Amino acid sequence: MTTIDNGVNVKALLDAREVLKGAPEAAQFTWRASSKWEKGVRSTTTIEKFFGLGQEQTHKNETTFSSDHPEVFAAEDQGITPIEYLLVGLAGCLTAGVASVAQNRGIQLRSVESTVEGNHDIRGILGADSDVRNGYNDIKVTFNIDADASKEEIEALVAQSQKRSAVYDALTNPTSVTVEVA
Amino acid sequence: MERFTTVVVGAGHAGLAASHFLTARSIDHVVLERGEVANSWRRERWDSLRLLTPNWLSRLPGFAYAGPDPDGYMTSGEVAGFIADFAAVSGAPVRGHSAVTSVRRSDDGYLVSAGGGDVSCRSVVLASGACNVPVVPALSGFIPPEVRQLTPFDYRGPASVEGDKRVLVVGASATGVQIAAELQRSGRQVTLAVGEHVRMPRLHHGKDVLWWMDASGVWDQSYQEVDDLDRARRLPSPQLVGTPSRDTLDLNTLTGLGVELVGRLATVRDGIALFSGGLRNVCSLADLKMKRLLAGFDQWGGVAEKTDIEPTRVPANARWKLDLGSGEISTIIWATGFRPDYSWLDVPVVDEKGRLRHEGGVVDSPGLYALGLPVLRRRRSTFISGIEDDARAVVGHLAAELGVDAPAAASQTG
Repeated sequence: MTTIDNGVNVKALLDAREVLKGAPEAAQFTWRASSKWEKGVRSTTTIEKFFGLGQEQTHKNETTFSSDHPEVFAAEDQGITPIEYLLVGLAGCLTAGVASVAQNRGIQLRSVESTVEGNHDIRGILGADSDVRNGYNDIKVTFNIDADASKEEIEALVAQSQKRSAVYDALTNPTSVTVEVA
Repeated sequence: MERFTTVVVGAGHAGLAASHFLTARSIDHVVLERGEVANSWRRERWDSLRLLTPNWLSRLPGFAYAGPDPDGYMTSGEVAGFIADFAAVSGAPVRGHSAVTSVRRSDDGYLVSAGGGDVSCRSVVLASGACNVPVVPALSGFIPPEVRQLTPFDYRGPASVEGDKRVLVVGASATGVQIAAELQRSGRQVTLAVGEHVRMPRLHHGKDVLWWMDASGVWDQSYQEVDDLDRARRLPSPQLVGTPSRDTLDLNTLTGLGVELVGRLATVRDGIALFSGGLRNVCSLADLKMKRLLAGFDQWGGVAEKTDIEPTRVPANARWKLDLGSGEISTIIWATGFRPDYSWLDVPVVDEKGRLRHEGGVVDSPGLYALGLPVLRRRRSTFISGIEDDARAVVGHLAAELGVDAPAAASQTG
């Protein structure tokens, strides 16, 4: 096999899989975000620390995200809409999956682009129609991939990426969510 | 106490194959059977079930199908008859109605407690089957009481389902697709919850798809060569059915019959079943894997002619919830797999997921062996025709441990 490099350290991932098979407690991660109301419908969320491999971990840098709503929602639009962050998460997760699976299968990628569209009937959140849900009705992801592979191999990359995606799973399957007042 | 060199637990095809090779090596043994020979084929199958493998693949040591229809598929009753004939021909020392209640270590081997009394022995072959208990997910505990829940063991045919309301079948492997098709044809409206599955056409270029598996060598792959053995051993049965007309039974067939497809049953919340939104991807995965499998067959066979199989038709807007308390459905059938029962095995060789720890049938306790489990020694092990090589190898190991020399007749085939 010729050496290909998508910049993914697959060996480390495969090693981790073997180690964690016998150490499920080390595989328990907790991702954390801290949020603060700014003004109106705008808030700021920072992410820096998480827990995993049995101890506290810190990202190299703290990242700050602004959430707001667009002017058509009568807001100031100083950040993206919270529901758009779900699209960011889904695209980021599936793209990482495509790169990892391609690396593992010896497929050299040249470019991976995608568009993610979520269809949303906002009558739900406005309370205008109780039969309409609050969240997305459906989401469509379209990948454009240039790689040294057949069309079917590329389709298989994308399918496998969905199969192992955390965000895809979180969006397609129900998750128990607890919201409390401290 | 009665003593044998070897005790075989279970008189199905696996236990009887073990007995065949033990006899060939003159190792004294008894085959303990909870009911009668081929018991599960007599009592734990729905009425219309036929083998997934064609008759010509029904091969046991020194014994093969010799009837007029090599391309047909045996009914459960015919399988039971076939195995019983093998037991008679091989003169297996079967002790029926002698359910094993405990196997535990003794000073020089094992102590086996059974309905007919305790037996001591130096070695034990576990051949009690891979499908003793239907697996029902924990979320079944959240199903409202007015919805009736059945397992494939409770299901004999459409008459097992009371009333004429919608039926939810959970699981789209061989069991689920067969039951869904049968119920839909009987006039019930069926909703089928589809997770990961294995799609296959019944025929490929006019030959049974399992002919290609057999002939191309796919089934000969050893357990040591399988990429992800854990996954291979857990792989659900392919979407196949054995019918005289040799029809394909995939999700498109079911859609054509009017079955409603929904995603994997993810959870039940407040009496509402929630299905995964990932239906499209599990269908894509199955389509891609099937294409790769068939392309591999064509490459092996040098077949240039292309087969054109329609991709799985996934409903544009599969529903993702079903109110179980609304009266829309009356019955849920759990076609969510089977597992072996080792509750009577008092030897610490079962892992935390209930699976036997073994290397190609040699269990992680001296003198203890297993036969008749999926991908035990090779992919073929999952099927009846895989038992001959497996039983020969496992009994060979057992005999070597006992220090019993192989008789000439057996060594030439070993």
